[in-house]
Amino acid sequence: MCDTCGCGDPEIVPVDVHDKILAGNDRIAAHNREHFQERGVTAINLMGSPGAGKTAVLEATARLAGRQRLGALAGDLATERDADRLCRAGITAKSITTGSACHLDADMVHHGLHHFPWRELDYLFIENVGNLVCPAVYDLGQVANVVALAVTEGDDKPLKYPVMFRKADLVLITKIDLLPHLPDVSLEAIVDALARVMPRPVSIPVSSRTGTGMDRWLRWLEQQRVTADYAARI
Amino acid sequence: MHEYSIVQALLERVAAEAHARRATSVHRLTIRIGELSGVEPELLATAYATFRERTICERAELDLRTIAARWECPDCGRAISRGAPLTCAVCARPARLAAGDEIMLDRIEMEVP
Repeated sequence: MCDTCGCGDPEIVPVDVHDKILAGNDRIAAHNREHFQERGVTAINLMGSPGAGKTAVLEATARLAGRQRLGALAGDLATERDADRLCRAGITAKSITTGSACHLDADMVHHGLHHFPWRELDYLFIENVGNLVCPAVYDLGQVANVVALAVTEGDDKPLKYPVMFRKADLVLITKIDLLPHLPDVSLEAIVDALARVMPRPVSIPVSSRTGTGMDRWLRWLEQQRVTADYAARI
Repeated sequence: MHEYSIVQALLERVAAEAHARRATSVHRLTIRIGELSGVEPELLATAYATFRERTICERAELDLRTIAARWECPDCGRAISRGAPLTCAVCARPARLAAGDEIMLDRIEMEVP
């Protein structure tokens, strides 16, 4: 009601909210994180372009992981191919089929955990949808973000996709066995680009095919396990 | 195109706030989108124009403010130049993103009978 004359005009009320638009996603992510913490499961959000070698890195990890119990939720638009590959490699894996969605969100991961023996795992890899843009926006409840960047993608990708690399705790520079065939790509240029988009640039060059660098990757994973402090990283 | 799912989250939040205050319609939304948030303002505006139909925001203007990225040293406050390595040249500390990752709903102006 209009205060001045009582004419019946509706009143325009400003309401200050000052809250994240994705606060709902963040609440579910915090819930996932609590679950993982309670059961001592180290959850890693693995992101990267289509074809960056995310699934291949996990297959190679499984070959070397010894008695570590590995699991994976694989985000996939239309197929279960990645989950099938991971299962064949000995990883307890399940697909999250996203349909047209270009990323996983915390709710999809939460649903993915149902009917999945995640409590028995040491590591849960959440293999995100292949995409260097959208997945970076959504917290899933992970302890760390890992981005796979293949040398074949070129050394300018960190500068072109700064949002994704800013969120990375580690960049796995994959397919380095192909470097001799790529005269225009240099490892130094990739590392330099990463330092301009990541405040704490950490990268490990690996080859899932030859096993180069896999020991460093496994040591890094072990450090996440020892120092896992979920509450401080929200 | 995650901008569509961000608009869905925005509309749900606004609807809840409007419902709590028995608002009959919404006049204006003020949101802030950071340069390094991963959200493209133009795509967000397009998604908003599409999805607001038949919601309480049907006639609500979207006041979208973009925020430039600003990196600085957490110790000395020195600004990091655009495109430079994200380490303080003086303190050698990793830079902190002082602004530019916002995906924020700041204000809703609603019509209350």
